[in-house]
Amino acid sequence: MGRTMAAKIWEEHVVAEHEGEPDLLYVDLHLVHEVTSPQAFESLRLNNRRVRRPDLTVATMDHDVPTRGGRAAADEIAQRQMSALEENCRREGIALYGMGSSRQGIVHVIGPELGLTQPGLLIVCGDSHTSTHGAFGALAFGIGTSEVEHVLATQCLRQRRPKVMAVTVEGDLPLGVTAKDVALGIIGRIGVEGGRGHVIEYRGSTIRRLSMEGRMTVCNMTIEGGARAGMIAPDDTTFRYLRGREHAPRDAAWEEAQARWQALPTDADARFDREVAIDATALEPFVTWGTNPGQSVPVSSRVPEPVTETDERALRYMALEPGTAIEAIPIDRVFIGSCTNARLEDLRIAAAVVRGHSVHPKVRAMVVPGSASVKRQAEAEGLDAVFRDAGFEWRDAGCSMCLGMNPDILGPGERCASTSNRNFEGRQGSGGRTHLVSPPMAAAAAIAGHLVDVRAFN
Amino acid sequence: MEPFRRVTGVIAPLDRADVDTDQIIPKQFLKRIERSGYGPFLFYDWRRQGDFILDRAEYRGAQVLVTGANFGCGSSREHAAWSLLDAGFRAVIAPSFGDIFKSNSFRCGLVPVELPEPAVRQLIDLAIQEPGMEITVDLERQRVTAGGFEATFSLDPFFRECLLNGWDEVALTLRQDAAIARYEATRPGWLPVSR
Repeated sequence: MGRTMAAKIWEEHVVAEHEGEPDLLYVDLHLVHEVTSPQAFESLRLNNRRVRRPDLTVATMDHDVPTRGGRAAADEIAQRQMSALEENCRREGIALYGMGSSRQGIVHVIGPELGLTQPGLLIVCGDSHTSTHGAFGALAFGIGTSEVEHVLATQCLRQRRPKVMAVTVEGDLPLGVTAKDVALGIIGRIGVEGGRGHVIEYRGSTIRRLSMEGRMTVCNMTIEGGARAGMIAPDDTTFRYLRGREHAPRDAAWEEAQARWQALPTDADARFDREVAIDATALEPFVTWGTNPGQSVPVSSRVPEPVTETDERALRYMALEPGTAIEAIPIDRVFIGSCTNARLEDLRIAAAVVRGHSVHPKVRAMVVPGSASVKRQAEAEGLDAVFRDAGFEWRDAGCSMCLGMNPDILGPGERCASTSNRNFEGRQGSGGRTHLVSPPMAAAAAIAGHLVDVRAFN
Repeated sequence: MEPFRRVTGVIAPLDRADVDTDQIIPKQFLKRIERSGYGPFLFYDWRRQGDFILDRAEYRGAQVLVTGANFGCGSSREHAAWSLLDAGFRAVIAPSFGDIFKSNSFRCGLVPVELPEPAVRQLIDLAIQEPGMEITVDLERQRVTAGGFEATFSLDPFFRECLLNGWDEVALTLRQDAAIARYEATRPGWLPVSR
């Protein structure tokens, strides 16, 4: 019987297997950032251990970094965390793209940009959105700090083999429906723990037609459906994106690499543990109404009646009445950013909606590019001017208000249309209320001053 | 990691499903560079709203938490498990856990006990009806007992051994250095390096 792509990559990375024990897997690329690594480095130091493969490790600063005012704008403990990363990388000889570096950015944006993220690799990072890199046909998943320490010391990780779920999305995406809506539609279907214990492979004509940016958005949100990794088979779209990037193979090495990548896709006779089919033509722009990413409805509908106690809690927290039209919900803030939706394509789509309009006087809106490189490219295209002229704040790269570890946070009770990935209570700021949407939906909401259907928006 | 064989202590109920790691330890407390000191910030936002169940006198010093499905979903922050440990918890009982949270718990000495939904329901009700009730989580026998309540649970046998013995997983893997080196010798030369 044939094998799934996940099985092929897994088997390729087994260093040791022992009866009854999890497999010991080799890690090709370990991405490190300032928040989940200091305790791992400290523990290495206490145990007199060194980093085994600094050349397979790359670090950046993203979670804490201020998005204006430079490093001086960071609070004292964030400064201490950034200094710790600098010191740890210096001592261990790890490449670090810190604040001010032309390659700095959100860890899941810069990996692909630099060409470090490649098909067939096993990639880990102390961040749950590491699933993003699966868009290239890599097996990529988030780990905790103890596992970060384990990878630093051994370049390996002990893992039980997960099950594999196929999510097949077929058909043309209706106008105004984006990769973000595909992701929210999938999570709405399988639920926030539907993917637990699984790797998800996204397949089907809709997925094939997505750009790499769109594929990254879909894979990024995998963890919100409970699965640690999501992946998409590499194809010409993948190869076109990769070719010529700084760390991509060149010349003869490219040919050799590509031949291996072409053998990665799931065999026709392989079996999945679970299969889910999604009709893309029936998808609409989604808006979350609750406090987890599974609580979403199409923008054209209404806040639903609560079914569970969790729903009731969510409605209370969000201060929403069942039956309210989604488009009647006013907003105070708009955040276009995060590892989900802050790549150049996202900014282009949002700018196309914004062009010629102004941000509603009651709304404060900001755009935070995913990386310094995205920012430069957007400025070269004049997208910054489109946003600024409309009244958006145009910031430096970082995770920013996706999780509010830097000064960018919602105030208590503030309601935000956000292109990020989590609408958990307090995620964007204590007492803040988050509605997850796509970049064009966020842009339209900024102008209208309330949630609005981008398909009908002029 | 401290070995874990058995713990007997007060069981505290948190009757909510899908408790994410942002609720367990909000982001403003992730800036510390130490592994300890997170206990006071456990469930910070919920505690601040007042009358939070875990703050009631009967549940003070609880060592076991019983809660709803999908506990610890969301972010990979191991700080969530550290904050529970730091606040005195040694085990969490739930119908299911977020994958990364469970993996983190194994590795820092917090025991994630999965019991079927009805058993968890029964325990939550017991803990509410008899506040201050003690429970025993026995990892050797893989059994939970509290008054008349008894249930067995299964746990990954490898991580159970690690927890029982307090083993350092890194040290175990470093013993396989030769196998790792052999694997490294087979990696194609064109694979990316960061420098």
